[in-house]
Amino acid sequence: MSGGTALYDVPGPLARRRHRLYGVLATAGILALVGWALYLLFDTGQFTAEKWTPFAYKGIQEMLLRGLANTLRAFGFAAVLSLGLGTVLAVGRLSDHRPVRWVATVLVEFFRAMPVLVMIFFVFVALKVQPLPALVTGLTLYNGSVLAEVFRTGVDSVDRGQREAAYALGLHKTQVMTYVLVPQAVRAMLPTIISQLVVALKDTSLGFLITYEELLHAGKLIAGNLDYGLPFIPVVMIISPVYIGMCMLLSWFATWVAKRERRSLKTRAVEVAPAEPGTLLAGPAGHPR
Amino acid sequence: MNVLTDNLGRYGEGLLGTVELTVYASLLALVLGFLMAAFRVAPVASLRAFGTAWVTVLRNTPLTLLFFAVVLGLPRFGVVLPFQLFAVLALGCYTSAFICEAVRSGINTVPVGQGEAARSLGMTFGQTLGAIVLPQAFRSVIPPIGSTLIALAKNSAIAGSFSVTELLGTYKTLNELGYSIIWTFVWIAVGYLIVTLTISAVFNVLEKRWGVAR
Repeated sequence: MSGGTALYDVPGPLARRRHRLYGVLATAGILALVGWALYLLFDTGQFTAEKWTPFAYKGIQEMLLRGLANTLRAFGFAAVLSLGLGTVLAVGRLSDHRPVRWVATVLVEFFRAMPVLVMIFFVFVALKVQPLPALVTGLTLYNGSVLAEVFRTGVDSVDRGQREAAYALGLHKTQVMTYVLVPQAVRAMLPTIISQLVVALKDTSLGFLITYEELLHAGKLIAGNLDYGLPFIPVVMIISPVYIGMCMLLSWFATWVAKRERRSLKTRAVEVAPAEPGTLLAGPAGHPR
Repeated sequence: MNVLTDNLGRYGEGLLGTVELTVYASLLALVLGFLMAAFRVAPVASLRAFGTAWVTVLRNTPLTLLFFAVVLGLPRFGVVLPFQLFAVLALGCYTSAFICEAVRSGINTVPVGQGEAARSLGMTFGQTLGAIVLPQAFRSVIPPIGSTLIALAKNSAIAGSFSVTELLGTYKTLNELGYSIIWTFVWIAVGYLIVTLTISAVFNVLEKRWGVAR
């Protein structure tokens, strides 16, 4: 129901009838679109047995599973390392020493402004590294600096009274950070952190472009097989649900955490910022909400 | 250092390719994004479902997979277009999901009372939308759209690996010509910085001019 927006009133009987008519028309339109797509698929012979037999073979199934395992391996490394790098850079940006702060700021801004792919290619081509480390390095540099910014805004958005009270009790900066600010910030930022991990998971598919043998790469190998009549569309139909499913699970987890946080008393003092792609040079008003 | 001076034409071509991709894909993404946002707030359930499905699927699809499917998949249906057009399609559709979410949350930030007041003054739906809701939503939507378009410019690098002329792809030729690979990448990085900083400057101006002071 669109009851929450400023756009419509609660519809009366006439409006409801009109909406029903629109609904029927729109449904017909969407069904026609779906039907057309299906017709195209059948017409070009994408559902012939020839194109689907490879997936019944054990070797090919194992190849796909190996690809999936490689994707998850890259994701695991990238996630852990970027959380680490994010912490280090955030600590740097929150430092009391100006040079440290400057270095951290420059690093964060630079890596957020670069396309991930440029970093991956740089490590892969210029430093002549194996595909997996190159992919993980690129993902870590990018996601780490985005996460650093997430951590920093999290710590900054903890209610000022918390920090002041902690200092007034005589805690020193490290104690204020570790006992008071960071626990609250991390709780509040958890949904944003998880959504950033979804980005990392999606970007592992960039490994395909540097010949890292992940899921998409396995798919490409199968798709190029002349013996099965180039089963390209079947491959896409099998791979995309896997990717979309994995990312959706993580996204749902983030939403679930966010919902829990909103009810929790422990995050009262922090405003949860929405997850969004990194902003370069936020406007004069500071980080946009 | 002379990588740049020797190959100014190549770099220029690449930069131009990136800019073209970014501009066309941005336009497509904005149009589709607004359309999908309209679907998602429509009082018609099937349109809402379509908008939600579009956003959920595209937001959770890796862009590389989408490029793979569009550039290599559409020709199987007899759709033969230049690679650049395929790239614009993939980038535009992908980004439209993020634009849609930005616009929708912008519309949702307008207090319900604004619409109610407009209607009680006797304004029609078109007037409410055009004079009351959208102008207010537009203001809060500028920063997120800006960061989405910056992300688009960066994502356009993927197109280079699918035979589209753009900035990152220039490294291959220069590498073969035997130039220092480090400097090649330094100038590529500078090119991307120019593009992203320009977009961010434009949106800073827009925000200063029309944004909400909070």
